[in-house]
Amino acid sequence: MHSFGYRANALLTLAITILAFMCAFASFSDNFNSLTPTAQVQVLNINWFQKKPDGDDEVSLTLNISADLQSLFTWNTKQVFVFLAAEYETPKNALNQISLWDGIIPTKEHAKFLIHTTNKYRFVDQGSNLRGKGFNLTLHWHVMPKTGKMSANKLVMTGYRLPETYR
Amino acid sequence: MGWIGEQIDSIKSIQFRQLVTQAISLGMIVTSALIIWKALMCVTGSESPVVVVLSESMEPGFKRGDILFLHMSKDPIRAGEIVVFNVDGREIPIVHRIIKVHERQDTGEINVLTKGDNNPSDDRLLYAQGQLWLQRHHIMGTAVGFLPYVGWVTIIMTEKPIIKYILIGALGLLVITSKD
Repeated sequence: MHSFGYRANALLTLAITILAFMCAFASFSDNFNSLTPTAQVQVLNINWFQKKPDGDDEVSLTLNISADLQSLFTWNTKQVFVFLAAEYETPKNALNQISLWDGIIPTKEHAKFLIHTTNKYRFVDQGSNLRGKGFNLTLHWHVMPKTGKMSANKLVMTGYRLPETYR
Repeated sequence: MGWIGEQIDSIKSIQFRQLVTQAISLGMIVTSALIIWKALMCVTGSESPVVVVLSESMEPGFKRGDILFLHMSKDPIRAGEIVVFNVDGREIPIVHRIIKVHERQDTGEINVLTKGDNNPSDDRLLYAQGQLWLQRHHIMGTAVGFLPYVGWVTIIMTEKPIIKYILIGALGLLVITSKD
């Protein structure tokens, strides 16, 4: 009963159980964090706006994104993935979500930022519906924990209306 | 010679009743593992509720050897979610993030585009030739939970099968030779 094997086994089982409890507790403790993120975004310029040869509309924007996501960070946060999406409806599609910019925030110190950028991913519609189209700009964030449950939320910001003509 | 002889003696000395008990307890371990797996499949609704991250394409969020828990719900799939998907003609499923979603007005069918956080460009190069979008049937589940490092066990076992055989052999020997 008191052989080396039994003692090693008991020790290992206890260690793994404690580790599992600590991981579960770390994940659970995230629930007590109150989230108060703020963000603003501005469309500064339409760089170009055209119909591609295959008939789909494409637009290129210059954006100013400022946000304060410091409240999302807890001791169990590994990183926060943040992205800005244009969301709109067309006669063909009930929902179009296009990520315009995204970034990984590794630490709390980097969670307050101001970024001046053109859209990182192509803003292409499935069809030719972008002239005069209004869309919502939404900042989404996905919190990746060191361990446990991932969480996500979003902040809908002021929309923007594209011009009636290509340019 | 002495040690081997002792082991052989101990194998010979096993009574029938003890052998049956050991076989049953071994069977219990295997079946309970199977029960847990199948129960997870029912709860999560995904055909593979747990996956191991194999590539570096989602660093620093997910590293090689991390374990992801998947969930397959009827909820709509939206941009930003991390999904596991199968591409036609590829055996290994891929874990990447959705960057574009187009959902049809009439049929509710979806077109999504994915990208690995650590990759410079989107996944169109990984898809089947000429495939521009993923549909719902490609998607096996959404990642909801995360456990670091644990997946290394399976990575080591699949890449160095010899370790797997040594481990299984050692465990088997332990089961056979243990007296109580």
